[in-house]
Amino acid sequence: MIANYGYKDGSGEYYISIDTDKCIDCTAGRACLTACPKNMFEIITDDYDDEVAWVKKECTRALAYDCAACKPAGGYTSLPCTTACTPGAIKHSW
Amino acid sequence: MNAEVATAPVAEAAPEKKEFWRWQENVWFDETKKDWREAKIITCGIDVGSVSSQAVLVCDGELYGYNSMRTGNNSPDSAKNALQGIMDKIGMKLEDINYVVGTGYGRVNVPFAHKAITEIACHARGANYMGGNKVRTILDMGGQDCKAIHCDEKGKVTNFLMNDKCAAGTGRGMEVISDLMQIPIAELGPRSFDVDVEPEAVSSICVVFAKSEALGLLKAGYTKNKVIAAYCQAMAERVVSLLERIGVEEGFFITGGIAKNPGVVKRIERILGIKAVDTKIDSQIAGALGAALFGYTLMQKQAKAA
Repeated sequence: MIANYGYKDGSGEYYISIDTDKCIDCTAGRACLTACPKNMFEIITDDYDDEVAWVKKECTRALAYDCAACKPAGGYTSLPCTTACTPGAIKHSW
Repeated sequence: MNAEVATAPVAEAAPEKKEFWRWQENVWFDETKKDWREAKIITCGIDVGSVSSQAVLVCDGELYGYNSMRTGNNSPDSAKNALQGIMDKIGMKLEDINYVVGTGYGRVNVPFAHKAITEIACHARGANYMGGNKVRTILDMGGQDCKAIHCDEKGKVTNFLMNDKCAAGTGRGMEVISDLMQIPIAELGPRSFDVDVEPEAVSSICVVFAKSEALGLLKAGYTKNKVIAAYCQAMAERVVSLLERIGVEEGFFITGGIAKNPGVVKRIERILGIKAVDTKIDSQIAGALGAALFGYTLMQKQAKAA
């Protein structure tokens, strides 16, 4: 399942996608949990009883601001979350 | 003293304010089905949304009855009231129900629920029941959010996204326009087609600014119907842009209250170039129906395990 967390508003689309099929058997030791400076990710049991990462509900409406520091303008050459997620489950839409 | 009383100004009763936004609440049960007392497994789905709450009863995996009403200011009471409405109608008690699943924005606040499941999974499951196993793309236009969902032939979610930050493309947005135009909400859709030329969509995607823009259009000489058409078009364009992010496959199904508004539905179909799958079941109960069906599956699994 591709789970898209985020929003679209007048300024653009801000979604973090998590491919749960790649996330279920994480080979990166759930590195996303510690890689994100804002601690946006957590592990939940989803509706189909799979243990997967998701973006915390309280973070989904502020992605444009909270993720800004990890974008190139913030001094990063690659996003810490996508880099840490070696199975390639995490993607940003912007 | 008496003269003073006689001449004291009498306060005039304030004119009754019509609630044009108020949609039809509904309690229904299928009288053609066998009595619920003969069912082996009775499950219930309670969808406590931000605007409406539904309680759906499923007997042996088949829809039996439901109650759809406006959500109050407290989720547990809304859940209780929704369920009580349908139980009173058919003479059922809470202890007659084997399993209750809560869903929607207030799902964790349904006091008598055995399990809470997200509305995304429940809408997909409900749409699969209502539209059949050909349904692949679901657009749920809820009261205060909008969801685009892909599912497989069993109604299992394969891709989803949700927008709950912006009221554009939601039922609440339509309620605001209904009040502004002073036209009952059920008439908005049909009236949006009563125009000589289809207008451009209102340019504002924010409900607050769309309201200001609508007022400006009325001042500029637009008829009410033309303003409604412009708003319906804007809403359709808005949700289609959301759908395009995950892609639209054949077997397109719309759930939620806006599915009852042909002014938006026909325009979405026109933009996408595909027709939405029809159903005779109230589109607003899809989430609660899905929740009840999840409950039925869980009961079956428990029975097999025992």
